[in-house]
Amino acid sequence: MSKLDSKIPAGPLKDKWKNHKDHMNLVAPNNRDKIDIIVVGTGLAGGSAAATLAEQGYNVKAFCYQDSPRRAHSIAAQGGINAAKNYQGDGDSTYRLFYDTIKGGDYRAREANVYRLAEVSANIIDQCVSQGVPFGRDYGGQLDNRSFGGVQVKRTFYAKGQTGQQLLLGAYSAMSRQIGKGRIKMYNRHEMMDLVIVDGKARGIIARNLVTGEIERHSAHAVVIASGGYGNVYFLSTNAMGSNVSAAWKIHKKGAYFANPCYVQIHPTCIPVHGTQQSKLTLMSESLRNSGRIWVPKKIEDAVAIREGKLRPENIKEEDRDYYLERRYPAFGNLVPRDVASRAAKERCDAGFGIENNDTKEGVFLDFSTEIIKKGKEAAIEKHIHNPTDQQIYDLGKKWVEEKYGNLFVMYEKITADDPYKTPMKIYPAVHYTMGGVWVDYNLQSTIPGCFVIGEANFSDHGANRLGASALMQGLADGYFVLPYTIADYLSADIRTGEIPTNSGAFDEAEKGIKEKIDFFLNNKGTHSVDYFHKKLGHIMWNKVGMGRTPEGLREAIKEIEEVRNDFWKNVKVPGEGEGMNTELEKAFRVADFLELGQLMAIDALHRNESCGGHFREDHSTPDGEAERDDVNYKYVGAWEYQGPDINTEVLHKEELIYENIEVKTRSYK
Amino acid sequence: MSAKKGLHLTLKIWRQKNNKSKGQFETYKISDVSTDSSFLEMLDILNENLINEGKEPIAFDHDCREGICGMCSLYINGRAHGPDTGITTCQLHMRMFKDGETIVIEPWRSAAFPVIKDLMVDRSAFDRVMAAGGFISVNTSGNTLDANAIPVPKEDADRAMDAAACIGCGACVATCKNGSAMLFVGAKVSQYALLPQGRIEAKRRVLNMVKAMDEEGFGNCSNTGACEVECPKGISLENIARMNREYMAALVDQG
Ligand SMILES: Cc1cc2nc3c(=O)[nH]c(=O)nc-3n(C[C@H](O)[C@H](O)[C@H](O)COP(=O)(O)OP(=O)(O)OC[C@H]3O[C@@H](n4cnc5c(N)ncnc54)[C@H](O)[C@@H]3O)c2cc1C
Ligand code: SF4
Ligand code: FES
Repeated sequence: MSKLDSKIPAGPLKDKWKNHKDHMNLVAPNNRDKIDIIVVGTGLAGGSAAATLAEQGYNVKAFCYQDSPRRAHSIAAQGGINAAKNYQGDGDSTYRLFYDTIKGGDYRAREANVYRLAEVSANIIDQCVSQGVPFGRDYGGQLDNRSFGGVQVKRTFYAKGQTGQQLLLGAYSAMSRQIGKGRIKMYNRHEMMDLVIVDGKARGIIARNLVTGEIERHSAHAVVIASGGYGNVYFLSTNAMGSNVSAAWKIHKKGAYFANPCYVQIHPTCIPVHGTQQSKLTLMSESLRNSGRIWVPKKIEDAVAIREGKLRPENIKEEDRDYYLERRYPAFGNLVPRDVASRAAKERCDAGFGIENNDTKEGVFLDFSTEIIKKGKEAAIEKHIHNPTDQQIYDLGKKWVEEKYGNLFVMYEKITADDPYKTPMKIYPAVHYTMGGVWVDYNLQSTIPGCFVIGEANFSDHGANRLGASALMQGLADGYFVLPYTIADYLSADIRTGEIPTNSGAFDEAEKGIKEKIDFFLNNKGTHSVDYFHKKLGHIMWNKVGMGRTPEGLREAIKEIEEVRNDFWKNVKVPGEGEGMNTELEKAFRVADFLELGQLMAIDALHRNESCGGHFREDHSTPDGEAERDDVNYKYVGAWEYQGPDINTEVLHKEELIYENIEVKTRSYK
Repeated sequence: MSAKKGLHLTLKIWRQKNNKSKGQFETYKISDVSTDSSFLEMLDILNENLINEGKEPIAFDHDCREGICGMCSLYINGRAHGPDTGITTCQLHMRMFKDGETIVIEPWRSAAFPVIKDLMVDRSAFDRVMAAGGFISVNTSGNTLDANAIPVPKEDADRAMDAAACIGCGACVATCKNGSAMLFVGAKVSQYALLPQGRIEAKRRVLNMVKAMDEEGFGNCSNTGACEVECPKGISLENIARMNREYMAALVDQG
């Protein structure tokens, strides 16, 4: 019997959440301090959840591997956060945000969850403003909005280019207030190593104090995982260096199903890899595509000459440039969605037209010269400059671009030492966000009773593809407004349980497993560093489980990942000791988990014989290279159940997706 | 020319096993560092070499590598976050250095930031100052006012944002000869001072934060301005002045 009961409440879509809240069990205020909750992760999801649960009166223990909750990966988000406020009076509504999100996700998300997300989105903005988040304002003192890709209304709230930072600092300040009151006990520089299950329920975790190396036992009545996404399985990505899958993977091994692992979002506008020494990729905001034109040389010999530094892009004549997005997608041009733009760039580079002059040869131009001249001419007319010189036009146009994107241009120049006003930016797609994750029901509970999963770590709400500005929204919705209700329903049965002891067999066993692994790593004395294996894995993932997937490639990947994993367990070398700070040991545990997850991603991608959103199967595409979805056979969530160390034996469970309120259509951008 | 120039460098790096043991400088040689690499990527290469030689790699803090999380630190050739301005160590690139150069790398040095290991320090004093008052006391239930019911003049919102941009890296403290945390605390106090929200508790906030700051062992501000120069986010000294005004007003009120 499948355990996949989505627990979607009955009734009309727009009343589901309200009805559900009205009928859930509660924990009375005087009973809440009898209950302990562990929250793993202090990003937008975990931070907002910890603050809210503590404020309601539960005893919260929060964990993060950084030195402070304020440094969670959410801090890096630039663009903004969506909310259906309709402040701009342009026809936005809960339904419209719901519709855009379902469609953007290529009809692979649950209607009820997405509707709830759209419904609570407006509350998020109210909450954050009252916490002192300095959102952008207009001159009337009201909140300002931007518009983002794939959407026809202005619903994106922003705090300069640092929206994630400000939202996270808001959640962190709410946490700080509870930490000061002693309601949250914060465990910085602590890593969750395993989940402890007692009598079938999640009752605690094993954590490692990263400073002292001590292995600690922590018990609770419920465990909330808010540990973020797993994009670092590719080694190079826009994720923070420490982002990992370990907490999610550990609960998967203890019985939580892992859903849609193959859904990965690739962002089209990152600074390309500069060489083999690279550790991390940097995003250039998507908004640049509003003004930049994307091209590669038409002639292969020009591409070669550019790579060799013998030719400057400025010197390639207009007719010798291939504006491939404008050519292939005349209606949307440079503004096609992220997955489409990314694949098109890869197609050109694979064909030999990449322009980056280093070992990778991957990269395309993002060129602002047309915009500079266009805006320059417009400004000249406005300023009544008749017969402006080319230089005057250029200067006026440059000024316009500078006002709009200046900070991004400076950042680009710091990293690449190229002046993007003079020479086109070089960009290339990079791994950015993972839509897959731990399967959860409508209450955000995994298939392990008492183990809840929120934010990027769960699979919900974005389907096969994520639109911009929606991850921040989901993280905060889960943490501030959904989990605090649904977890109470679960905990209401626990008010008489009393403190969970940590001296039980389940804790002994989990701790023993971790200590054995630590001993293994420190004594293995192999030949290669952890990064050596991580890079090998990343290489396979990017080439065979990346932007374009073929059955042959995926079969090879499954085998090759297994080989790397076997080699890892034989030959990994982890220097240093277990007592005290040991960053290589931390990495070893994380990469061990990536080596298993990577294989499951390939297995999931192989079984899904269709293309949808971030999952593009080359054998399921139209003759002109567009994605071909198969709604008849694959309109489901694929959730995998762990069966033991051989990842090939994982069992697939399907949750059919039922669309009652939306017509399922094909996405086309021609 | 496709091959990029590779740098050959001598590194003098502070090594310290933990906060109980004494530390010392060790010298390392490194070659073929691409000028396109970041400073932390250069340390990654050094660490890879050390591991291959069977030695322990150098511990240093980092996470986002995008200049925003505030986790990276490092005193490089006598300057917090190294020789470039307006950036963190993770955004510092090797093209700022010359072939054959010797680079001295130390951890943040301040009484309030004890060394954990090698180049890593403990900055949790900042968190404790925040827990003493760096927030607005509003419940997170979502039952608040509609966001547009609290209009904020654009200029104030923009200046509050400039103050709120602090990433809590601690370069200000590390670079100050007194180890003062005034720029960090001033930035947070200013953010709230510039907004209508949270004014009700403004006095308590500044008194509590300043008290916590003193208790954590941060030094006094003697207005030399070194913090502002080294701050990667351009947090200005104005914020210290604003905090002092808020503090004096609160003291007067206390009587
Ligand atoms: C460069 C960039 C720009 C982005 N821009 C946008 C944007 O404009 N709009 C948008 O909506 N989204 C954006 N995103 C996506 C968005 O930022 C993330 O999806 C979101 O912040 C994830 O939040 P989270 O709370 O789920 O996880 P995270 O913020 O990743 O937090 C994870 C937490 O878990 C902790 N943790 C992990 N493992 C363990 C463990 N084993 N033990 C203990 N603690 C652990 C970490 O310490 C951390 O506190 C962007 C992402 C990137 C990379
Ligand atoms: S004020 Fe500047 S230097 Fe100090 S912690 Fe904030 S960002 Fe860092
Ligand atoms: S690593 Fe995040 S700011 Fe440098």
